[in-house]
Amino acid sequence: MSAIRLDHITKSWGAFRAVDDVSLTADEGSLLVLLGPSGCGKSTTLRLIAGLEQPDGGTVTIGDVDVTHMTPAQRRIAMVFQSYALFPHLSVAENIVFGLRVRRVSRAERDERLKRVADIVGLGQLLDRKPSQLSGGQRQRVALGRAIIAEAKVCLMDEPLSNLDAKLRHEMRTEIRALQQRLGMTMVYVTHDQTEAMTMADRVVLMREGRVEQNGAPEQLYNRPETAFTARFIGTPPMNLLTAGDRLIGIRPEDIRVVSQDGRMAQVKAIEHLGADSIVLCEIDGKPVAVRQNGFSKVASGDTIRLAWDSIHEHHFEGSSGRRLDTVADDQTQIASS
Amino acid sequence: MSGQTDTHPLISRKPRSYAWWNAVNAWLLLLPAAVLLVAFTHYPILATIRHSLFVARRNGTEVFVGADNYRAMAADPIFWKALINNFWFALGTIPTSIALALLMALWVNRNMRGRGFLRLAYFTPTVLPMIAVANIWLFFYTPDYGLLDQLRGLFGLSAWNWLGEPSTVMGCLIVMVIWKEAGFFMIFYLAALQQLSPDLEEAAAVEGASRWYTFRRITFPLLMPTTLFVAINAVINSFKLVDHLVIMTKGGPSNASTLLLYYIYEVAFTFQDSAYAATLTVVLLVILSTLALLKFGYLDRRIHYQ
Repeated sequence: MSAIRLDHITKSWGAFRAVDDVSLTADEGSLLVLLGPSGCGKSTTLRLIAGLEQPDGGTVTIGDVDVTHMTPAQRRIAMVFQSYALFPHLSVAENIVFGLRVRRVSRAERDERLKRVADIVGLGQLLDRKPSQLSGGQRQRVALGRAIIAEAKVCLMDEPLSNLDAKLRHEMRTEIRALQQRLGMTMVYVTHDQTEAMTMADRVVLMREGRVEQNGAPEQLYNRPETAFTARFIGTPPMNLLTAGDRLIGIRPEDIRVVSQDGRMAQVKAIEHLGADSIVLCEIDGKPVAVRQNGFSKVASGDTIRLAWDSIHEHHFEGSSGRRLDTVADDQTQIASS
Repeated sequence: MSGQTDTHPLISRKPRSYAWWNAVNAWLLLLPAAVLLVAFTHYPILATIRHSLFVARRNGTEVFVGADNYRAMAADPIFWKALINNFWFALGTIPTSIALALLMALWVNRNMRGRGFLRLAYFTPTVLPMIAVANIWLFFYTPDYGLLDQLRGLFGLSAWNWLGEPSTVMGCLIVMVIWKEAGFFMIFYLAALQQLSPDLEEAAAVEGASRWYTFRRITFPLLMPTTLFVAINAVINSFKLVDHLVIMTKGGPSNASTLLLYYIYEVAFTFQDSAYAATLTVVLLVILSTLALLKFGYLDRRIHYQ
C-alpha cells in the first residue's frame, strides 16, 4: 500500500540535469537510502517524491496511486528537513501537533497522540520549550516527532543527522532505524554518509550526476560494486584501485595481507591506529593503498613492506568506463588457482 | 618573605589601573555620541518643558506662570481640533499603509516576471520628496481640471473642490500619505520575508497547511518584529509629516486639516508665541513617548525574535 516507485523521473534546471532518468522502488515498510556526493541529485529526487518539485518527465507512484501531479499534502507523507524546519515561534508541543491542527483533529485526540509521540521521541519534559532553547539532538527529535505524529505510511528524510556530532549521529541512526521498523513506515533517507547508508538501509541507491550508479542491498554494494565509482565511495577506507594496463583492479583494505616474501613492494606513509584494527596507508608505485590489519599494527611509517592478496578478492573494472568486468575477473581466478 | 610582600601590591595594582584605563577609554568612546544626544535631544527637551512654564515679555524677560499655558491650551479649540484631526490622520494612515506594505511585499517576494520592475514601482513614491509629492497630488485634487475631476467629468459628475471641502480634505491627505509610505514599509517587509527559511513554508505545505493558514500561523508571527518597527515608524510619521500641509492646505479649510505639529509650527513662527509652542510640543512629546513605551514594554514581550 505504501511502496514508492519512481519511473524514469527527470528534472532539469536550464541545461543542468539534476535528476536524469531515475527509476527505483522502495518496498513497503523498507528503508531506502539515497546515497551520493553533494550535487548528485539525491535531495532533488527526495523533493520530487515529496512533491516539493515537479518532475519534467516520468511518474511517481505511492502505494498504487500516481501522485506525480499531487501537492505534498495530498501525498500524505511526512518529511524531516536537513534544517529541521521547526517553527521558531511555536513551542515543541505546537510544532509537533502542527499538522494535526491543520487537519482539525480534535483536541482530545491531539493531546493523546502528542503524549504518545513525546514518549517515543523522549521529549516529555520539554514540550513547553521553544526550539531555540533546545540542543541540536533535541531539535532533531522534535522534527522526528512532527514527522511520526501524523502516522503517515511514508516518511522522507533529507540528511537529518548532518547537523549532529558524531556520537549523537550514531545514537540517532539506531533510533531512527528502530522507529522505522516499529512503525512499519516506508522510509526514503537521503545522506552523503556511506556509514549511515550501510548501517540503516534495506536498499541503497547510489547516485552520481543525477543518475543511479548502483541500486542494491548494502552488502551488494560492498561486495560487488558495479562500477569503480561505487567501489571508491563505499567502505572506510574505500576500496583500493590499482591500474593494470587498461583496467582497474580493486581490492578491499581488509583483503590485503602484509607478507614476508613475494608480494608487491610498498612504502608505508602513515598508520591510523583505531584500537581493534589499524589502517596502514602505503604506496605502491606512487599509488595510495590502504591496508587493514587486526589489532595494533607494528609496521612504522617509512618502512618498506610486502603486500599480497588472493585473486578471488580482486574486483576488475574497465579503465575507461569504470564498468565491472566479471568475465575477466573469473579468468584471473582460474589462472591464479591453476 | 620580603620578596613576597614586595611583589604583592604590584600584582593587585595592575588590574586596577587597567580597569581605570578601560573606563576612561569607554567614556571617551561614548563622548561624541553623548555630546550630540545631550546637546540636541536631552537639553532641548528639558528646555522646552521649562519654557512651557514661562511667558516671554516684550522686553525679553521671562515670567514664571506655572500651568497657565496648559490651562490656556485646554481652552484652545484649535488645539483640540488639531489633536482630533491627528488622531483620525493616524488611524487612517497607519493600519492601511502597513497592511498594504505587507501585501505588496508578499506579492513581489514571489518568483515572477517583472518582479524587479514591480518592486521599483512600489518603492518610487518613497524616494520623492514630500514637497514634490504634495505638488503632484495637488494637481490630482485641483477642482475642474485636476485628474480626479477630469475622471468625474467622464461620468458626467460635477466638479468637486477636494481640498477645499472640510468633509473630503482629510481623506485626500490620508490617501496621499498612504501612497507615499506603503512602498517604504514594503522594503522592510521584503527584507524580513527574505530572511525566512523557505523550509518553513515547505514543512507547512507537507503538513497540509493552506497558504492562508501558513501565513496566519507561520509567516505573520515571524514578521512581528518588522511589524512593530514599521508601526512605530508609521506612528512617528503620522505626527511628523506636515510638509504637505504647507503646500496643499495650510491646515484649512477652517482647520479641517490642521495637525498637531503644523499647529505648533504656526504658533511658533507665524504667531511668534514660543511659550505656547513649547507647551504644545510637550504634549506631542508625551503622546509619542507614551506610545513608544507601550509598544516596547508590552508588545516586545509577546513577539518572537530570531
